[in-house]
Amino acid sequence: MIIAEKKPIEEIIDEVKDFNRILVLGCNECVTVCEAGGKKEVEVLASALRMYFITQGNEKKIDERTLERQCDHEYLEEIRADIDDYDAIVSLACGVGVQFAAEKYLTTPLIPGVNTVCLGANEDRGLWKERCQACGSCVLARTGGICPVSRCAKRVLNGPCGGSTNGKCEISKDVDCAWQLIVDRLKALGKMDDYEKVAPIKDWSTDRAGGPRTVTREDVKI
Amino acid sequence: MRLKIPSNFRIIRVPCTGKVDIIHILRAFEKGADGVYVVGCMEGDCHYNEGNFRARKRVEQAAKILDQVGVGGERVKMFNLSSGEGPLFAQYSIEMDNKIKELGPSPIRVAKQNKKKAA
Repeated sequence: MIIAEKKPIEEIIDEVKDFNRILVLGCNECVTVCEAGGKKEVEVLASALRMYFITQGNEKKIDERTLERQCDHEYLEEIRADIDDYDAIVSLACGVGVQFAAEKYLTTPLIPGVNTVCLGANEDRGLWKERCQACGSCVLARTGGICPVSRCAKRVLNGPCGGSTNGKCEISKDVDCAWQLIVDRLKALGKMDDYEKVAPIKDWSTDRAGGPRTVTREDVKI
Repeated sequence: MRLKIPSNFRIIRVPCTGKVDIIHILRAFEKGADGVYVVGCMEGDCHYNEGNFRARKRVEQAAKILDQVGVGGERVKMFNLSSGEGPLFAQYSIEMDNKIKELGPSPIRVAKQNKKKAA
């Protein structure tokens, strides 16, 4: 899922201070699960903003709403009838949701309330780590299901570099060497033969190098 | 046991302090409370194992937010005691009451009163 982090309240206050009618808009998907932009976080942020502006003697209308998703037309349409009641929207969705809302409501300023961090997994309570970089051509089949693109700092595709020590990466002792993990997994699978196969040159045009990406599915178009 | 406690606070009963969320604390302040304190069981004695630890974390988070918005994080506090410690409950109430009196009314209540006066 998409992992995001709450922005500091001070930063959001600074962005919204010139608006008088503000909608704090949450998203029920990824940002709810990573506890950065769901209904609960919307309530807390809206309450904090209201309290701040009241104490400043500058009371503002700050409303709360959480949509099922902010990356789909039908859910974003739900706020169309009320959009003119607000001078700005603070969106707690990921970067996708913020942009999609901005495209839809051209004359309403959109302010992001979270920093979108990565595509990751919830390893433990309060701990999320990156697992995918959406490179567009998956190599997991031959790397034991562990991704050298997202989990190796150098994105090397044929075994570890010289910086791998005791299973850790040279960038930090807290970062596992992805290739150590891959070798361990291939051993467990009894597929060490795969490790000997030299990976062909990866097609990076499907990654960001090829510019913004598009998926077109004629089969599902109406 | 007829213990004297300050009469200026309202007790909101919850099944476990683990039920208390940040938003409950923030809403109390938004509505004009001068202070909030959460009284949970002794640490390690929670019937649900970690309810009071969760509450403590939420109180800490609420305090941080209150500091950021200019209300003051010292207005919210967590206490722990066992259900048999009535005198300690009374003592904590007095302690909190004195502390809040020392801090004065919440800036939100002051702002709301000023607005009323102006209107």
